[in-house]
Amino acid sequence: MPPALFIFLAVVAILSSLGVVIQRNPVHCLLALIMTLISIGALFVALDAVAVGFLQIIVYVGAIMVLFLFVIWLLNLQTEEAPAGNLALKFFATIAVAAMAAELFAIVSKSRTALGAQTVTSGYGSIDSLAQTLFGQYLMAFETTSILLLVAVIGAVAVARRALPDRPRTAPTEGRPT
Amino acid sequence: MVSYGWIMALSAAIFTIGVAGVLLRRNILVMFMSIELMLNAVNLAFVTLARRMGSMDGQVIVFFVMTVAAAEAAVGLAIIISIFRNRETVNADELRLMKW
Repeated sequence: MPPALFIFLAVVAILSSLGVVIQRNPVHCLLALIMTLISIGALFVALDAVAVGFLQIIVYVGAIMVLFLFVIWLLNLQTEEAPAGNLALKFFATIAVAAMAAELFAIVSKSRTALGAQTVTSGYGSIDSLAQTLFGQYLMAFETTSILLLVAVIGAVAVARRALPDRPRTAPTEGRPT
Repeated sequence: MVSYGWIMALSAAIFTIGVAGVLLRRNILVMFMSIELMLNAVNLAFVTLARRMGSMDGQVIVFFVMTVAAAEAAVGLAIIISIFRNRETVNADELRLMKW
Protein backbone atom coordinates (compact mmCIF):
# COMPACT_ATOMS: atom_id res chain seq x y z
CA MET A 1 0.00 0.00 0.00
CA PRO A 2 1.52 3.36 -0.96
CA PRO A 3 1.93 5.70 2.04
CA ALA A 4 -0.10 8.46 0.37
CA LEU A 5 -3.09 6.14 0.00
CA PHE A 6 -2.87 5.03 3.62
CA ILE A 7 -2.60 8.59 4.91
CA PHE A 8 -5.56 9.68 2.80
CA LEU A 9 -7.75 6.80 3.98
CA ALA A 10 -6.65 7.22 7.60
CA VAL A 11 -7.42 10.95 7.61
CA VAL A 12 -10.82 10.37 6.01
CA ALA A 13 -11.61 7.60 8.50
CA ILE A 14 -10.60 9.60 11.57
CA LEU A 15 -12.28 12.84 10.48
CA SER A 16 -15.53 11.12 9.58
CA SER A 17 -15.56 9.07 12.78
CA LEU A 18 -15.10 12.31 14.71
CA GLY A 19 -18.07 13.56 12.70
CA VAL A 20 -20.16 10.66 14.02
CA VAL A 21 -19.51 11.75 17.59
CA ILE A 22 -19.62 15.52 17.15
CA GLN A 23 -22.52 16.28 14.82
CA ARG A 24 -25.96 16.96 16.27
CA ASN A 25 -28.27 15.73 13.54
CA PRO A 26 -28.49 11.90 13.56
CA VAL A 27 -28.71 11.79 9.75
CA HIS A 28 -25.41 13.66 9.47
CA CYS A 29 -23.89 11.27 12.03
CA LEU A 30 -25.05 8.38 9.89
CA LEU A 31 -23.55 9.88 6.72
CA ALA A 32 -20.24 10.33 8.54
CA LEU A 33 -20.43 6.72 9.71
CA ILE A 34 -20.97 5.57 6.13
CA MET A 35 -17.88 7.52 5.07
CA THR A 36 -15.87 5.82 7.83
CA LEU A 37 -17.10 2.38 6.81
CA ILE A 38 -16.24 2.97 3.16
CA SER A 39 -12.71 4.09 3.97
CA ILE A 40 -12.21 1.10 6.28
CA GLY A 41 -13.49 -1.12 3.48
CA ALA A 42 -10.93 0.42 1.14
CA LEU A 43 -8.25 -0.30 3.75
CA PHE A 44 -9.42 -3.92 3.83
CA VAL A 45 -8.95 -4.17 0.07
CA ALA A 46 -5.50 -2.59 0.37
CA LEU A 47 -4.63 -5.15 3.06
CA ASP A 48 -5.26 -8.06 0.68
CA ALA A 49 -8.68 -8.77 2.18
CA VAL A 50 -10.55 -8.16 -1.06
CA ALA A 51 -13.58 -10.32 -0.39
CA VAL A 52 -14.01 -9.00 3.14
CA GLY A 53 -13.62 -5.43 1.91
CA PHE A 54 -16.40 -5.77 -0.60
CA LEU A 55 -18.56 -7.61 1.95
CA GLN A 56 -18.01 -4.65 4.24
CA ILE A 57 -19.34 -2.26 1.61
CA ILE A 58 -22.27 -4.48 0.68
CA VAL A 59 -23.35 -5.61 4.13
CA TYR A 60 -22.54 -2.58 6.23
CA VAL A 61 -23.03 0.35 3.91
CA GLY A 62 -25.69 -1.36 1.87
CA ALA A 63 -27.80 -3.08 4.49
CA ILE A 64 -27.13 -2.06 8.07
CA MET A 65 -26.85 1.64 7.34
CA VAL A 66 -30.11 1.61 5.38
CA LEU A 67 -31.69 0.02 8.45
CA PHE A 68 -30.35 2.88 10.58
CA LEU A 69 -31.58 5.48 8.11
CA PHE A 70 -34.99 3.84 8.02
CA VAL A 71 -35.24 3.94 11.81
CA ILE A 72 -34.12 7.59 11.94
CA TRP A 73 -36.82 8.53 9.46
CA LEU A 74 -39.38 6.35 11.19
CA LEU A 75 -38.74 8.11 14.50
CA ASN A 76 -38.64 11.54 12.82
CA LEU A 77 -35.67 12.75 14.84
CA GLN A 78 -35.38 16.28 13.53
CA THR A 79 -35.22 17.99 16.89
CA GLU A 80 -31.91 19.06 18.31
CA GLU A 81 -30.54 17.04 21.14
CA ALA A 82 -30.51 18.89 24.46
CA PRO A 83 -26.93 20.04 24.97
CA ALA A 84 -27.12 19.63 28.73
CA GLY A 85 -26.24 16.41 30.46
CA ASN A 86 -24.27 15.41 33.44
CA LEU A 87 -21.08 17.48 33.42
CA ALA A 88 -19.29 15.34 36.00
CA LEU A 89 -20.07 12.27 33.93
CA LYS A 90 -18.66 13.93 30.82
CA PHE A 91 -15.55 14.97 32.72
CA PHE A 92 -14.81 11.47 33.96
CA ALA A 93 -15.73 9.99 30.57
CA THR A 94 -13.18 12.25 28.90
CA ILE A 95 -10.48 11.20 31.35
CA ALA A 96 -11.35 7.54 30.86
CA VAL A 97 -11.23 7.91 27.08
CA ALA A 98 -7.87 9.66 27.20
CA ALA A 99 -6.43 6.97 29.46
CA MET A 100 -7.72 4.24 27.19
CA ALA A 101 -6.32 5.97 24.11
CA ALA A 102 -2.88 6.22 25.72
CA GLU A 103 -3.01 2.57 26.74
CA LEU A 104 -4.08 1.39 23.31
CA PHE A 105 -1.41 3.38 21.51
CA ALA A 106 1.27 2.16 23.90
CA ILE A 107 0.30 -1.45 23.36
CA VAL A 108 -0.63 -1.45 19.74
CA SER A 109 1.67 0.76 17.72
CA LYS A 110 4.87 -1.11 18.51
CA SER A 111 5.16 -3.10 15.32
CA ARG A 112 7.67 -1.57 12.94
CA THR A 113 7.36 -4.27 10.30
CA ALA A 114 6.66 -2.65 6.99
CA LEU A 115 3.66 -3.85 5.09
CA GLY A 116 5.60 -4.37 1.88
CA ALA A 117 8.37 -6.27 3.64
CA GLN A 118 6.11 -9.23 4.07
CA THR A 119 4.92 -11.36 1.22
CA VAL A 120 1.71 -13.29 1.33
CA THR A 121 0.93 -16.47 -0.53
CA SER A 122 -0.79 -16.05 -3.85
CA GLY A 123 -4.55 -16.21 -3.54
CA TYR A 124 -4.45 -14.85 -0.01
CA GLY A 125 -7.65 -12.98 0.76
CA SER A 126 -9.41 -14.08 -2.39
CA ILE A 127 -12.97 -15.26 -2.13
CA ASP A 128 -11.72 -18.77 -2.87
CA SER A 129 -9.41 -18.99 0.13
CA LEU A 130 -12.01 -17.27 2.31
CA ALA A 131 -14.56 -19.89 1.32
CA GLN A 132 -12.08 -22.73 1.90
CA THR A 133 -11.52 -21.56 5.46
CA LEU A 134 -15.13 -20.61 6.14
CA PHE A 135 -16.68 -23.84 4.90
CA GLY A 136 -13.86 -26.04 6.15
CA GLN A 137 -12.58 -25.18 9.57
CA TYR A 138 -15.43 -22.86 10.55
CA LEU A 139 -18.38 -24.76 9.10
CA MET A 140 -20.16 -25.29 12.41
CA ALA A 141 -19.76 -21.64 13.36
CA PHE A 142 -21.12 -20.65 9.96
CA GLU A 143 -24.19 -22.83 10.39
CA THR A 144 -24.72 -21.50 13.91
CA THR A 145 -24.65 -18.00 12.44
CA SER A 146 -27.69 -18.80 10.32
CA ILE A 147 -29.62 -19.78 13.46
CA LEU A 148 -28.44 -16.57 15.13
CA LEU A 149 -29.74 -14.49 12.24
CA LEU A 150 -33.07 -16.32 12.27
CA VAL A 151 -33.45 -15.73 16.01
CA ALA A 152 -32.49 -12.06 15.56
CA VAL A 153 -35.08 -11.55 12.81
CA ILE A 154 -37.84 -13.18 14.83
CA GLY A 155 -36.80 -11.25 17.92
CA ALA A 156 -36.71 -7.94 16.08
CA VAL A 157 -40.18 -8.47 14.64
CA ALA A 158 -41.53 -9.56 18.03
CA VAL A 159 -40.05 -6.54 19.83
CA ALA A 160 -40.95 -3.87 17.28
CA ARG A 161 -44.41 -5.17 16.50
CA ARG A 162 -47.18 -2.82 17.47
CA ALA A 163 -49.42 -4.51 20.01
CA LEU A 164 -52.72 -5.39 18.42
CA PRO A 165 -55.76 -3.61 19.81
CA ASP A 166 -57.89 -5.80 22.01
CA ARG A 167 -60.44 -7.54 19.93
CA PRO A 168 -63.71 -8.47 21.55
CA ARG A 169 -63.17 -12.08 22.43
CA THR A 170 -65.83 -14.52 21.44
CA ALA A 171 -67.52 -16.04 24.41
CA PRO A 172 -66.70 -19.70 24.88
CA THR A 173 -70.40 -20.50 24.87
CA GLU A 174 -70.54 -19.85 21.15
CA GLY A 175 -68.78 -23.11 20.69
CA ARG A 176 -66.49 -21.88 17.96
CA PRO A 177 -62.99 -23.29 18.11
CA THR A 178 -60.56 -20.55 18.91
CA MET B 1 6.66 2.60 4.13
CA VAL B 2 3.42 1.88 5.88
CA SER B 3 4.04 -0.35 8.88
CA TYR B 4 1.62 -2.57 10.71
CA GLY B 5 1.95 -0.33 13.74
CA TRP B 6 0.43 2.59 11.85
CA ILE B 7 -2.64 0.64 10.86
CA MET B 8 -3.05 -0.67 14.38
CA ALA B 9 -2.75 2.90 15.65
CA LEU B 10 -5.49 3.97 13.22
CA SER B 11 -7.63 1.12 14.52
CA ALA B 12 -6.95 2.22 18.11
CA ALA B 13 -7.86 5.81 17.25
CA ILE B 14 -11.20 4.84 15.69
CA PHE B 15 -11.96 2.55 18.63
CA THR B 16 -11.24 5.39 21.06
CA ILE B 17 -13.52 7.75 19.15
CA GLY B 18 -16.24 5.10 19.34
CA VAL B 19 -15.81 4.78 23.10
CA ALA B 20 -15.97 8.55 23.43
CA GLY B 21 -19.18 8.58 21.41
CA VAL B 22 -20.82 6.01 23.67
CA LEU B 23 -19.73 7.83 26.82
CA LEU B 24 -20.42 11.41 25.76
CA ARG B 25 -23.52 11.32 23.57
CA ARG B 26 -27.00 10.87 25.01
CA ASN B 27 -28.90 9.98 21.85
CA ILE B 28 -29.36 6.19 21.82
CA LEU B 29 -29.10 6.03 18.02
CA VAL B 30 -25.77 7.85 18.00
CA MET B 31 -24.50 5.63 20.82
CA PHE B 32 -25.49 2.69 18.64
CA MET B 33 -23.56 4.13 15.68
CA SER B 34 -20.54 4.53 17.97
CA ILE B 35 -20.77 0.84 18.82
CA GLU B 36 -20.63 0.12 15.07
CA LEU B 37 -17.51 2.31 14.91
CA MET B 38 -15.86 0.22 17.62
CA LEU B 39 -16.78 -3.01 15.86
CA ASN B 40 -15.21 -1.71 12.67
CA ALA B 41 -12.03 -0.63 14.44
CA VAL B 42 -11.67 -4.15 15.78
CA ASN B 43 -12.37 -5.56 12.32
CA LEU B 44 -9.55 -3.45 10.94
CA ALA B 45 -7.21 -4.80 13.63
CA PHE B 46 -8.29 -8.35 12.76
CA VAL B 47 -7.59 -7.89 9.06
CA THR B 48 -4.22 -6.24 9.74
CA LEU B 49 -3.08 -9.00 12.07
CA ALA B 50 -4.41 -11.69 9.72
CA ARG B 51 -2.15 -10.31 7.03
CA ARG B 52 0.72 -10.11 9.52
CA MET B 53 0.28 -13.77 10.42
CA GLY B 54 -0.44 -14.76 6.84
CA SER B 55 -3.54 -16.71 7.83
CA MET B 56 -7.13 -16.41 6.69
CA ASP B 57 -8.58 -16.93 10.18
CA GLY B 58 -8.70 -13.24 10.98
CA GLN B 59 -10.72 -12.48 7.86
CA VAL B 60 -13.20 -15.23 8.69
CA ILE B 61 -13.61 -13.74 12.16
CA VAL B 62 -14.36 -10.39 10.50
CA PHE B 63 -17.05 -12.14 8.48
CA PHE B 64 -18.62 -13.42 11.71
CA VAL B 65 -18.34 -10.03 13.39
CA MET B 66 -20.25 -8.49 10.50
CA THR B 67 -22.99 -11.12 10.84
CA VAL B 68 -23.31 -10.57 14.56
CA ALA B 69 -23.32 -6.81 13.99
CA ALA B 70 -26.20 -7.20 11.55
CA ALA B 71 -28.17 -9.24 14.07
CA GLU B 72 -27.32 -6.76 16.80
CA ALA B 73 -28.41 -3.82 14.67
CA ALA B 74 -31.74 -5.46 13.84
CA VAL B 75 -32.57 -6.31 17.46
CA GLY B 76 -31.19 -3.05 18.86
CA LEU B 77 -33.09 -0.85 16.43
CA ALA B 78 -36.26 -2.82 17.15
CA ILE B 79 -35.76 -2.13 20.86
CA ILE B 80 -35.19 1.58 20.08
CA ILE B 81 -38.42 1.72 18.08
CA SER B 82 -40.26 0.02 20.92
CA ILE B 83 -38.81 2.44 23.49
CA PHE B 84 -39.67 5.45 21.33
CA ARG B 85 -43.22 4.22 20.91
CA ASN B 86 -43.72 3.92 24.65
CA ARG B 87 -41.68 6.83 25.99
CA GLU B 88 -41.45 9.30 23.07
CA THR B 89 -37.72 9.82 23.64
CA VAL B 90 -34.36 8.54 22.47
CA ASN B 91 -32.41 10.33 25.17
CA ALA B 92 -30.55 7.85 27.33
CA ASP B 93 -30.78 10.15 30.35
CA GLU B 94 -34.56 10.04 30.35
CA LEU B 95 -34.74 6.28 30.36
CA ARG B 96 -34.28 5.65 34.04
CA LEU B 97 -37.19 3.41 34.83
CA MET B 98 -34.88 0.68 36.13
CA LYS B 99 -32.70 3.11 38.05
CA TRP B 100 -33.21 2.85 41.78
